[in-house]
Amino acid sequence: MRVALFATCVNDALYPSTAIATVKLLERLGVQVDFPAAQTCCGQPQYNTGYRRQTEPLVRRMGRAFEGYDHVVTPSGSCAAMVRDHYPRIARRGSDPRLTAVSESLVPRMYELTEFLVDVLGVTDVGAYFPYKVTYHPSCHGLRMLGLGDRPTRLLRAVKGLELIELPGADECCGFGGTFAVKNPDVSVAMGEDKVRNAASTGAGVLCGADNSCLMHIGGILHRQDSPQRALHLAEILACTEEEPLT
Amino acid sequence: MSGTFLGMPAFPEAARTSVHNPTLRANIRHATHTIRTKRAAAVAELDDWAELREAGKQIKEHTLRHLDRYLVQLEEAVTAAGGTVHWAADADEANRIVTELVRATGESEVVKVKSMATQEIGLNEALEAAGIAAYETDLAELIVQLGEDRPSHILVPAIHRNRGEIRDIFRREMGRWGRAAPDGLSDEPAQLAEAARLHLREKFLRAKVAVSGANFMVAETGTLVVVESEGNGRMCLTLPETLISVAGIEKVVPTWRDLEVFLQTLPRSSTAERMNPYTSMWTGTTPGDGPRNFHLVLLDNGRTDTLADEVGRQALRCIRCSACLNVCPVYERAGGHAYGSVYPGPIGAILSPQLRGTQSEIDASLPYASSLCGACYDVCPVAIDIPEVLVHLREQVAEQPGHRLERAAMGAAAKAFDHPSVLAAGQRLASLTRRLHPSKLPGPGRAWSESRDLPAFPAESFRTWFKRQERRKREEGTR
Amino acid sequence: MSSRALVLDRIRRALSDVPATDPPYDQAVPRDYVREHGARTPAQNVDLLAENLADYRAHVHRCGPEGLAELLARLLDEREARRVLLPAGLPRELLDAAAVEVLDDKTGLTAQELDGVDSVVTGCAVAVAETGTLVLDAGADQGTRRGTLVPDHHICLVRVPDQVVASVPRALELLAPTRPLTWISGPSATSDIELDRVEGVHGPRRLDVVLVRG
Repeated sequence: MRVALFATCVNDALYPSTAIATVKLLERLGVQVDFPAAQTCCGQPQYNTGYRRQTEPLVRRMGRAFEGYDHVVTPSGSCAAMVRDHYPRIARRGSDPRLTAVSESLVPRMYELTEFLVDVLGVTDVGAYFPYKVTYHPSCHGLRMLGLGDRPTRLLRAVKGLELIELPGADECCGFGGTFAVKNPDVSVAMGEDKVRNAASTGAGVLCGADNSCLMHIGGILHRQDSPQRALHLAEILACTEEEPLT
Repeated sequence: MSGTFLGMPAFPEAARTSVHNPTLRANIRHATHTIRTKRAAAVAELDDWAELREAGKQIKEHTLRHLDRYLVQLEEAVTAAGGTVHWAADADEANRIVTELVRATGESEVVKVKSMATQEIGLNEALEAAGIAAYETDLAELIVQLGEDRPSHILVPAIHRNRGEIRDIFRREMGRWGRAAPDGLSDEPAQLAEAARLHLREKFLRAKVAVSGANFMVAETGTLVVVESEGNGRMCLTLPETLISVAGIEKVVPTWRDLEVFLQTLPRSSTAERMNPYTSMWTGTTPGDGPRNFHLVLLDNGRTDTLADEVGRQALRCIRCSACLNVCPVYERAGGHAYGSVYPGPIGAILSPQLRGTQSEIDASLPYASSLCGACYDVCPVAIDIPEVLVHLREQVAEQPGHRLERAAMGAAAKAFDHPSVLAAGQRLASLTRRLHPSKLPGPGRAWSESRDLPAFPAESFRTWFKRQERRKREEGTR
Repeated sequence: MSSRALVLDRIRRALSDVPATDPPYDQAVPRDYVREHGARTPAQNVDLLAENLADYRAHVHRCGPEGLAELLARLLDEREARRVLLPAGLPRELLDAAAVEVLDDKTGLTAQELDGVDSVVTGCAVAVAETGTLVLDAGADQGTRRGTLVPDHHICLVRVPDQVVASVPRALELLAPTRPLTWISGPSATSDIELDRVEGVHGPRRLDVVLVRG
């Protein structure tokens, strides 16, 4: 099977390790991964901040970049939700028929990584090895918009050596929220600090998530607090094996 | 809307104060988390919740789409049942109508049932200016009124106060307005409720005029519905000779049968009860039972502007249950006052800027007072997609002056993202200079880096790594 | 232009996007929810009513018609009730066993007069099992709304299983909107202090419900 990886702009520039882990994981599962270089950003920051029209060229670009692939896989819940939830809206409200074409064509082909693994490949045990205590933050987009349910935790539970500890208040937002993090920094950080406190209470060494935007915010607070806990993307855990452990 | 909130600072500034107030944070956290769990349990009891929610949404949506017809039908039914209907285009007109109706009775005081509409129009202040005393009779409203405070929650306006603070307010203030708090009043909720009972009873028994809102108005029958807990509503709705109800035009539902949906969803969403202790339904006047005169004031006050917005219109479906406030992580930390409106929380963030317009500083900031986490939409019993409306309102605000720099930045980012080669060059430059990046950002970036570190910039972007891999694979393949 | 005309005009302009072909009410509203939750016999509905009433701190009693007067006397005696309001539609004999002064509301007691009444005994129009609710419709056996409000103690008689319906939708089917209706679910309560429910504010603080067989 051949799929297109939508790495996302955040992973491309700031968290290449997540995108690399996604490639290694998928290849290990026998999937051939392409990275269409025309891809950039899905337009989420613009759209959510109120710049719908500025999003339109990016929607068209996404359409062009991923033309011809049956499956587009992304290790980011919020970017998958941007395409699935908001592209149809952008198409409805815009006047360009190409937006509708992109939306109709891309929406059914867009998969968040754990959906692709569990629903399309039909695997929960991906042959990973990660001998640490882990707690999982589900992220709002994964939880409420995509409805990922227990897919991520099923994958984590199947990892050899991994001990999954439930995160108190898991369904609460971490406070990132895109430009919310800088437009309302006090509330954003207060939410993040509560999330970090809950995560610390689990005693886990790793706080895992499936969206690096949230992890950038949570990780930024952890780092500032000199916490021994590390924020890590799910793909990077699933990519680890006994032969190739986490570096 | 009420002048009380004029000149409010923008949400982020107001929230900064509350975020760093540990008592306030603890009070709101305790209250919202208590009700959150209970609501989930009350909703889980009904296996057809999704269907009730869909029916509620569609009843309201259909009514809004034919609002003129249903209001005229309501007016006819109320009039036929012995009531008088008044129409108020804005807050001033509504206040004027109510003031004149009270004056015509010759009375100088009224008792009030908790009502969002009368708070919205600042009726108490208007009556006071006309020499008429308005006594709030809902316990939380009483706490707010005695404490000369502002409401901070739709259902429980004094949610920001804990029992100890309430006791102090009762001890200090009750005597000034009537029967003083009993000696040795403790902070036991039962004792506080008893103090309110004693304080208000004399007012109920002598009241000749009452002012209420309405939870629902049934167009086909002319029936008004008030849902409550304490019995203060029943007191106001049945003891006085004159009853004046002020209700937003969006409170109408077409048929009697529609109540079967909302009487199931509202109590469970709001106080997490199977049914609230008291619900009163009345149709005009009944000889020998209840008020002899009944006036209904139908209030626009910005609702028709909201109705005109095809995306924002759904905010008018709101039945004021406050479930969205109770699950909102932003409300929990910022508190209700930061929203600068009688409508705080997620619903307030979409309702206030629509009713008042987005020109003021506070109203322009409200659409951004959300991380778009979607918890509000999940619990809404009429399925208002609050995140969708927030983003839609951001679009309006972004068009206003004052967003020039942001607009330019967003435009530039979008342009760069539309040119991958420019983007790649930028990424390479950033990687090359990464050891020079400051850990704390200047200017607007400080909002990020004051309490959060930035991730370390990687040595190469994924894009570069992937290209290198491809090349390696090709070379291995040709070798 | 009158404000009525102004508001209606604003509404019509705001709704210019709504086509004339917009689905009518009966097609626009899906009613896929259930009329009642679960299948129960009439007796099971009575049990559920009792359970839900008790859950919200009403005191539930059961008796046959023969034991009613004695039960009422006991309940009134426990409260040391002296003056008791009895609507004209309930037989005076009900309170024969009780050592109380019986008032009727025929003369239209004022609120102040009602404040001196210790207890009120009424019937009801219908009771809702799923929510533990009594609905009063000002019928002859219930009297005026203020009669069941101002006294601090309300004893409500429910004929079971006849007057018990399963659910809110079933109750609304039986009620007449033209009558003033009061839905009562337990004694007066408030959630206004820290969003936690406590019983007892302005309405009757004690609610006794008597489920009368037959």
